[in-house]
Amino acid sequence: MTDGARVIGAGPVRGRSRGRATRAAVRAGLNHGWIELSHCFTMIEDAFEILPLALISVVLLLATGSKHVQIPGTHFPIGSTILAGMVGVNVGLNGITSLGMQLTAEREDGTLLRAKATPNGVLGYLIGKIVVVSGTIMFTVISLLIVGLAPFGGLALGRTVTWLTLAWVLVLGLLATLPIGAMLGSLFPTVRSATVMMFGNIGLIGISGIFYPITQLPTWLQWVGQAFPLYWLGLGVRSALLPGNLAAVEIGHSWRHLATAGVLGAWAIAGLFFAPILLRRVARREAGSSVAARRERVLTRH
Amino acid sequence: MALNEPGPLPEPGLPRPTDPDDQPVIDVRDLRMRYGKTDVLNGVSITARRGEVLALLGPNGAGKTTTIEILEGFRMRSAGQVSVLGVDPAHGGEAWRARIGVVLQSWRDHGKWRVRELLANLGRYYAPYSSPGASRPWDTDELIAMIGLTEHAHKRIRQLSGGQRRRLDVAVGIVGRPELMFLDEPTAGFDPAARREFHDLVHRLADREEATILLTTHDLDEAEKLADRILILAGGEIIADGSADELARRMPTAAEVRWSRDGQRFVHSAGDPAVFVRELFRQYGGSVKDLEVSRGSLEDTYMALVRQFESGHGQGAERKFRVVTS
Repeated sequence: MTDGARVIGAGPVRGRSRGRATRAAVRAGLNHGWIELSHCFTMIEDAFEILPLALISVVLLLATGSKHVQIPGTHFPIGSTILAGMVGVNVGLNGITSLGMQLTAEREDGTLLRAKATPNGVLGYLIGKIVVVSGTIMFTVISLLIVGLAPFGGLALGRTVTWLTLAWVLVLGLLATLPIGAMLGSLFPTVRSATVMMFGNIGLIGISGIFYPITQLPTWLQWVGQAFPLYWLGLGVRSALLPGNLAAVEIGHSWRHLATAGVLGAWAIAGLFFAPILLRRVARREAGSSVAARRERVLTRH
Repeated sequence: MALNEPGPLPEPGLPRPTDPDDQPVIDVRDLRMRYGKTDVLNGVSITARRGEVLALLGPNGAGKTTTIEILEGFRMRSAGQVSVLGVDPAHGGEAWRARIGVVLQSWRDHGKWRVRELLANLGRYYAPYSSPGASRPWDTDELIAMIGLTEHAHKRIRQLSGGQRRRLDVAVGIVGRPELMFLDEPTAGFDPAARREFHDLVHRLADREEATILLTTHDLDEAEKLADRILILAGGEIIADGSADELARRMPTAAEVRWSRDGQRFVHSAGDPAVFVRELFRQYGGSVKDLEVSRGSLEDTYMALVRQFESGHGQGAERKFRVVTS
């Protein structure tokens, strides 16, 4: 920290200088995210918080996807399809669950209240969380790609369009899922109740066409699956990584880029509208006594 | 000041000289708070001048935390006028927030962070609010040295002991060099050494930094040591407001007289110790040794006040003590 005793400007902050205060909070938030990310990679116990998701993904991938099992009607290994779908799902899952769980946990342990007691602290806190979650997601995506590439092969990584598609799908996917995580995190009062999120998500994976084509589900379940961003994230990543002719096994025999952008975009817009309202409400209610009451509840439970 | 009077030793609780033109830092008038049908605060009035240390005492459920949370801007009030640093906390913006330090009850937040990481990161938020008069934030290393955690600067926060952790909480509260600090039960769970260190720190902040401090505590010794002024909140009202000394004088409690005679020790509780001691010497004269007379403690005063209030004489007591400060 270099700006320890630096004197900036004069007098209390007003008008134009409010922008400077906001920029300071954004930088502090980025710094917050960076510090927490560095904890993930320098502390053994922290590494265990992000490794399981990556490990479970890799194990599931290796267990379910075999080089010798092929997509019906093609000579394409099913493992590569699963790999692509899992990259998408990991973005969605992390975006929803890990942000939601962190918000609930940090509301309970008083972190959010500390942020509230700091000028522009809630803004910085949220930016910090977004950095941490996005960083964790990048780590999982990269480890999945590295582990999955060798055994399955068949991915079309040489095309420019692969990376461009991957980029917009992942960014739009994060915009669609992070606000959902923030909203769920605001709604669940305790960490314990927030574990419900995990189960909900696992159920959602089942109907999102990750491990087997969604077309094999009953039509009504296909519609349910398509209402959520997870399916579209999986589809979008498959469209980026897989050869074009594999679109044939998808609904409508197409990658449906327009629909992907539409559904993810709609979730993102709705989320970015409602999440700040819920977050503000939660932050407004946060006070020392509410944290103390939750602490009391947790301590008596053990 | 106390030297002008015969008898009492200099009291720690004498108000500092203040500029009469100074606007009060805290100005609360007729504050009311109601949850559903329950009135928690029934017209609380508090004023604090720059550099004053106020202790808010009271039984559990008296409304101490509610009061402090309203002043911090964390809770909306039902009625009454509240001005904190000249601003209504309900509409206090981020610039107002930057001038206030809040020492929260700690739990386990930021457990993975290192001491220095947290203080440096939180300090960043205050940099834009720096002014020539008050350079913000506090230099991180200087701050760590001040709370005596230099050796532990690179430790994970969850590895700190209870006392160290609490000092860190205080550091978090002052990292932005606040003009006003709120401390809610700052020393709950402290051992005597940690408590002493904490008291030194509060004195340093009030004296050197001229910070105004409002703290709540259940420890009456602590209130007596730290506070210029003690406010007792009971049943949602301020039933007493004055220095520990003033409170004791106006709420006569029995003094404790101890002496020894012929190798035996005696203790007696006397309503008027002067009369009692005169009588003692008249009876036994020179054989009375090791005489000690101690005035009723703040604890006695506090218990008497709260008891009196609870038995329905609260109004009288309140009026009586209001006179002290006006």
